Amino acid sequence: MTNNYLKIRVLVRPKSGILDPQGEAVRRALPALGFGGVKTVHIGRLVEMEVESADEVEGMCRRLLANPTIEEYEWEVLS
Amino acid sequence: MRIGVTVFPGSNCDRDALYAIERAGAEAVELWHADADLKGVDAVVVPGGFSYGDYLRPGAIARFAKVVGPLEEFAKSGGPVLGVCNGFQVLTEAHLLPGALLRNTSMRFVCTRVDVRVENTRTPWTSLYEPGDELSLPVAHNEGNYFADERTIAELEDEGRIVLRYLDNPNGSVNDIAGLCNEGRNVVGLMPHPERASDPALGSDQGLKVFESVLRFAGAKV
Repeated sequence: MTNNYLKIRVLVRPKSGILDPQGEAVRRALPALGFGGVKTVHIGRLVEMEVESADEVEGMCRRLLANPTIEEYEWEVLS
Repeated sequence: MRIGVTVFPGSNCDRDALYAIERAGAEAVELWHADADLKGVDAVVVPGGFSYGDYLRPGAIARFAKVVGPLEEFAKSGGPVLGVCNGFQVLTEAHLLPGALLRNTSMRFVCTRVDVRVENTRTPWTSLYEPGDELSLPVAHNEGNYFADERTIAELEDEGRIVLRYLDNPNGSVNDIAGLCNEGRNVVGLMPHPERASDPALGSDQGLKVFESVLRFAGAKV
């Protein structure tokens, strides 16, 4: 039965230009571990779901998974 | 006068809010997150805390709690609504207030007292203050960094909808915004906690007038 479900992967990240203090903190931490040459780090959120249909994924992203005021999202059907 | 306080799993300032409301002289009414109505209250406080563990984003899940449906209708019909801290975050997620609250620029949880200036006293929640009053109020948050796009900020400023402004910005908020109101001025969101400054025994009662203001507002309407 479960093979009727679609695997969906949603990627949510801060809109460009929105402050990303987590990414900035990690960017500063990397050289401290000896990893040089890191220009930028941005941190987002990965959401994986199994759903019956992909029809409502867009609505899920817009209404709950991402806040369009500060975040952008993209999603894909994995299988 | 009856003032409701919403209680979500993870709310932790609900008792403080109920206390402040009673100290101001109103009847305080708990509104459980699964309630289908507002029990006929005259005003609603959405308190601070970590509703639903702040999972996904602060306020993102609470915004879809059952009690928020009637709360949205109440707010849209002009009912006075105050969101404090996590409550402010819930109100932005519910689009009752514009913008969003991002992580503090310091990446640290801020727990301290801050000085703020009262900018707008034409709201049900601030009418007993004088414009320019300076208050010292507690803050305790990780996501208090107010953000909205430039057009929204310009609109808020032009319409005088900034309610409180930090004198020494603790979290990176645009234009030092500590609190604001909606277009109708009945919905107010504050990052500082007036309920934690509602009794001299707590170190200050400078926040009590927030609750006394809404009492006067309701009285004036009757």
